[in-house]
Amino acid sequence: MRFDDILTFTGKTLSSARKRTWLMLLAMSIGVGSVVILTALGEGARRYVTKEFSNLGTHLLIVLPGRVETSGGHPPLIGGTPRDLTLNDAMALGRSSSIRLVAPVILGSAPVSYRQLERDITVLGSTAELLPVRKLELGQGRFLPAGDPSRESAVTVIGNKLKKELFGGKSALGKWVRIHDRRFRIIGVLKPLGQSLGMDLGDVAIVPVASAQSLFDTQTLFRILIQANGREAIPRAEKSVIEIIRERHDGDEDVTVVTQNALLSTFDGIFRSLTYAVAGIAAVSLGVAGILIMNVMLVSISQRTAEIGLLKALGSPSGQILRLFLVEAGMLSAAGAFIGILIALAGVWALDRAFPAFPLSVPVWALAAAVAVALFTGLLFGVLPARRAAELDPVQALSGK
Amino acid sequence: MIRVQSLNRTFKVGDEAVHALRELNLDIDSGEYIAIMGPSGSGKSTLLNVLGLLDRPDSGKYLLDGIDTVTLPEDNRAAVRRTHIGFVFQSFHLIPRLTAAENIALPMMLAGTDPGLRRKRVQAILESLGLEDRAHHRPDQLSGGQRQRVAIARATVMEPTLLLADEPTGNLDIHSGEEVMTTLEALNKGGITLLVVTHDPDIAARARRHIHMVDGAVVEDRKT
Repeated sequence: MRFDDILTFTGKTLSSARKRTWLMLLAMSIGVGSVVILTALGEGARRYVTKEFSNLGTHLLIVLPGRVETSGGHPPLIGGTPRDLTLNDAMALGRSSSIRLVAPVILGSAPVSYRQLERDITVLGSTAELLPVRKLELGQGRFLPAGDPSRESAVTVIGNKLKKELFGGKSALGKWVRIHDRRFRIIGVLKPLGQSLGMDLGDVAIVPVASAQSLFDTQTLFRILIQANGREAIPRAEKSVIEIIRERHDGDEDVTVVTQNALLSTFDGIFRSLTYAVAGIAAVSLGVAGILIMNVMLVSISQRTAEIGLLKALGSPSGQILRLFLVEAGMLSAAGAFIGILIALAGVWALDRAFPAFPLSVPVWALAAAVAVALFTGLLFGVLPARRAAELDPVQALSGK
Repeated sequence: MIRVQSLNRTFKVGDEAVHALRELNLDIDSGEYIAIMGPSGSGKSTLLNVLGLLDRPDSGKYLLDGIDTVTLPEDNRAAVRRTHIGFVFQSFHLIPRLTAAENIALPMMLAGTDPGLRRKRVQAILESLGLEDRAHHRPDQLSGGQRQRVAIARATVMEPTLLLADEPTGNLDIHSGEEVMTTLEALNKGGITLLVVTHDPDIAARARRHIHMVDGAVVEDRKT
């Protein structure tokens, strides 16, 4: 039998049993559609997170005070409270050849006021290196001046949102603001940068680290941010940091070094697994669709025994009957997959419009996989009914069993 | 063209065995017009099914146009059905979603014939049966007599040598039945061997040879 005739014949069969066909199409399209949409969501989440981490900096290492790991077995022989990270510790790190830039960070919150307007914001104390290390961008003016980090200076760089709140459309450069009880002169305004590492970069004021130390009356650093000398230098930089700090802290390895790489790949891996898991769950609905197709086809065949008997009487061999019904199952799967993909693409488009910040995209592998699984499911679950049809005894079939 | 020797066919109905065909012997020449009669359970339908290669006998020989059909594998039997045999059923068995023309073309479509050839052949048959204006009607838009004649067209579109009709007028009124029998007889005059299974004596009377069956065996076989 010619293939185009098989398609026409099967197509007529399916379109004449309208309700039945639409039911099976619905099941299959829901299955395929949900796999594709959920995969797109998972992929979007992964991309969002990895993009956020990539935007933190280049070859970034973060040094935190205190050891986060705990070793198993006996209680630590050396231990107790971790030592503070000091500015001198940070400066010492700059000696390593695998480290290009060091930016000490102090974090606090304080009210900032200009004339009668006041706002509670996050205050960051750091050095000029913070700009390249954290990939910050200036909208106006300049950043903190380079120089001896132990020297105080009454200058500040503020975030875009803070500038708008306090100054509206007017220029903020050169104006004096009050942070706590101190006055600082605005020398720069950041570009709108949004959220980063949980901090809203629109609502910050960045001051020199020494000024922050006296503002918050503390010597200890919140973090030390480091830019390594290149991707290959990151592991060496990590080692250097631990060695140098250990040396300075009397043999205590009481810091934790987190590399941006490690973070990135961890989260990348987590989100990939999440996406596969979610897609797998959605694929269960594909399996259900396949079972539905099988059952509906079995019913259809039991109602069409006379027709099958006729085809055999007309000289159609069993193999041809098998093929006809497999094509029927295949056509249903393909059509259902197609509709499901259309629904999924429409859904993704709608979600993309509603949440533009979220990088939604349908990965091509998900589309191909969904269609392949749909076809496979349809054919697999179509085999049983098709064989049932092919093995019908024509005499009994024609007499209506 | 048909040679049947010692044909046996037994069915299991519940616990009992029913001997539908007992040591049946039969010779049929090309072009004959035969009526097969008998009470229900006599095996006449079984005989028709065996002759039509729809059923395989348990033992015996069946030669059709010189082909030893009993030993043929199933796919070959299907091929012989396709090219040598045409069926006409009491309940027509037209596919309801296809038009008359599509129903008639069905055997050719199953055989993989080129669409252009199909169209020509279907057109020719429709004309010869006077059914051209019904070509694009579905079975539910046709009268009983027209349906059966479409079925006959389908049965003969592959130009078989043997035409088997099982109670062809059973579902028709007298007038339509007359139309159908006339059509069948015209085909027989053209050279096709015609076997009609019937319990209607008026229909049987039209045939040139009568075979009477009782309990799986031939009790009477006379030419008129």
